[in-house]
Amino acid sequence: MSAEVVLQTEPVGRRNEHLYFALRNPKVAIGLSLVLALLLLGLIGPLFLSDSPNEYVGPKSEAPSGEYWFGTTYFGQDVFTQFVHGLRSSYLVGTLGGGISFVIGLAVGFTAGYRGGLVDEVLNMITNVVLVLPALAVLIVISSYLEVRGVVTQAVIIGIFSWPWVARAVRAQTFTLANRDYVDLARLTGKRSGQIIVREIMPNMASYLLMSMILLFGGAILFAAMLDFIGLGPANAVSLGTMMQQSMAWSSLHLGLWWWFVPPGLAITLIVGALYITNVGLDEVFNPKLREM
Amino acid sequence: MLELKHVWKSYRVGALGSKRLTAVRDVSIDIAPGEVLSVVGESGSGKTTIGKMVLQLTSVTKGQILLDGEDVTARGHAARKAYYRRVQGVFQDPFSSYNPIFKADRIFETVRESYFADVKRAEWTARVEDVLQGVRLDPGSVLGKYPHQLSGGQLQRMLIARALLLDIKVLVADEIISMLDASTRIDVLNLLGELKERGLGVLFITHDLSLANYISERVVIMRHGAVVESGTTGKVFTDPRHPYSRNLLASVPQLHRKWSDSEAVPEKLEADGDRDLDPAPLTEVDEGHWVAAHP
Ligand SMILES: Nc1ncnc2c1ncn2[C@@H]1O[C@H](COP(=O)(O)OP(=O)(O)O)[C@@H](O)[C@H]1O
Ligand SMILES: [Mg+2]
Repeated sequence: MSAEVVLQTEPVGRRNEHLYFALRNPKVAIGLSLVLALLLLGLIGPLFLSDSPNEYVGPKSEAPSGEYWFGTTYFGQDVFTQFVHGLRSSYLVGTLGGGISFVIGLAVGFTAGYRGGLVDEVLNMITNVVLVLPALAVLIVISSYLEVRGVVTQAVIIGIFSWPWVARAVRAQTFTLANRDYVDLARLTGKRSGQIIVREIMPNMASYLLMSMILLFGGAILFAAMLDFIGLGPANAVSLGTMMQQSMAWSSLHLGLWWWFVPPGLAITLIVGALYITNVGLDEVFNPKLREM
Repeated sequence: MLELKHVWKSYRVGALGSKRLTAVRDVSIDIAPGEVLSVVGESGSGKTTIGKMVLQLTSVTKGQILLDGEDVTARGHAARKAYYRRVQGVFQDPFSSYNPIFKADRIFETVRESYFADVKRAEWTARVEDVLQGVRLDPGSVLGKYPHQLSGGQLQRMLIARALLLDIKVLVADEIISMLDASTRIDVLNLLGELKERGLGVLFITHDLSLANYISERVVIMRHGAVVESGTTGKVFTDPRHPYSRNLLASVPQLHRKWSDSEAVPEKLEADGDRDLDPAPLTEVDEGHWVAAHP
C-alpha cells in the first residue's frame, strides 16, 4: 500500500516542485510582480509618449496634474515621459551590464574550476586583480576619455567590472562538483568538457546561478544610477539616475519640486528592493529548511 | 590484452605546480581476457591512480598503456571515445557516480546518445532491460527512479549493466563493493566472476586481501606507488615473500580468532619517504611470482 504511494508521488521532478513553491512564495510573488510591473511600464510607456523626453513641452515647475501626471521640471519637461524612458534605460543597463558580467563570470569560473592547475591559477589571479581594482576610479578615467557615453557603453563598462565575485563562487562550486564520479562517468561516455559543464555541473547549481543573475541585474542598475548621479551618465539619453542628478543640480529640493526627484528615486529603490525580496524568497524555495512551517 | 609498461604518474601539487608527488612508480601489469587481476594495497598506494590512467581520466607521466598491442595514451577525443567502447569503469561510491538531480537510468540514455544514436527507441529499451536482467536487476523496479530511491547495490549493478551495453573487453572496478553492505557485496562480487566467464578482463582494485583471494587468479600488491609483490593468488597468499605482504596477510581478521589471541607482531618497514626514489627491483622467486628487493 505505502509502496504504491511512493511510486506515484516520488518521481515528480524537483524542477516542478521548485516552480510550485516559487510561485506560492509570497516574497517571490511580490518581488517579481513589482519588477515586472515597472518593466512593463518602461516597455510600453514610451510607445504612447513622446520620443524625446528632454523636449520642453509645458509650463515650468508645474505640480502633478491630469495633463502632466508627474508634473514638469524646472525647464518645463514632462517628468512622466522622462520617468518612463528612464525606466527603460535602467532595465537596459541592468540586463546588458548584468548579462555581460554573468557571462564573463560563468566562463571564467567554470574554466578555472574545471580545468584547475595552471589555468586556474592564472584566471584566479586576473579575478583577484579585477576584484580589488577601484572600479569607480577606473570608470571615472574611462568615462572621461570616451567620446560618446551612451547607455550601452555604460552597461558594457559596468559588466566588465562586476563579474569577479560570480567567477569566484562558480569556480569554488565547480571544483567540488567536478570531482564527483558522475563527471568521470560522463567522460567515460565520450562527452566533451563543454557538454559536461553544461549538462552535469550547471544543473546542480541552477538555483545559485539564477540568484546571482538577479543580484547582478540589480547591482548593475544601482551602479549605473550612482554613475549617473555623479555626472558620468549617458549624455544622449534619460535615465533614472540622470533625472536625479538634474533635479539636484537645479535645487529641486529647495524649490519644493518633489515630483521631479521622488519618482526616479522611488523607482530605483523599488526595483532593487523587489529584486532583493525575490532573492530571499528564492532562497527559501531552494533551501526548504528556510521555508516557514 | 591490456598491458601497462613501466607506467609512472606524478601529480603537480603546491602553488603553480611547484612540487611533484609521485603516485605510481614504474608499474608493469597485464590482464588477459577472462581474467580478474587484483591490485591490492593500503590507502594512498596508487591503486585508484592506476585505474584512472587505464581509463584515461588522468594522463600517464611516463610509460605506455597498450590495448591489444596498441598504445592508447595521449590521443584525441575521437580515439578516446572509441577506446571507451572497449574499456569501462565502475567506481567506489555509487551515490557519487550518479548526478543526484537526474533519474538513475539517465546513465543508459547518455550511452545511447554517444554511441547508439541510430538505434530505435524500442530496440534500445529491450537492450537495456536485457543487460539489467543480466546483472540480476528487475527493470521495472529500477527504471524511472532517482538515485536516492535505489540502494548502493542496485546502483553499482546498474553501472555494470551500463558498461555491458558497450560490449567491453576490460572493466576497471575500483573498490566497487567497499561501500555496500555485507549482504549485497557477495552478489556484486559474483557478478564480476560471471563477467570473467564471458571473457572480459577485470582490473579489480581493492584494499581487502580476502576479496582478492576470492575473485582473482593473479594479484599485484602495491605500496607507496610501486609493486612489492605479484603472482598467482595461491602462491602469493600461501608463501608471501615481502614483509609488507606478510603484514597485510596477518592483518586480515579471521572468523575463528579473537584479536586478543593474535600474537603476530608486524614487521618493520621503511616509512613513506621513498616515493622520490626508483622502486626496488623485482626478482622472480618462483614461476610467475615476483618480489621486490627488501632489506
Ligand atoms: N588529483 C590528485 N592530485 C594530487 N595528488 C593526488 C591526486 N590523486 C591522488 N593523489 C595522491 O596520490 C597518491 C595515490 O592516491 P590513490 O591513487 O588515490 O591511492 P589509493 O587509491 O591506493 O588509495 C596519494 O598520496 C594521493 O594523495
Ligand atoms: Mg582509491
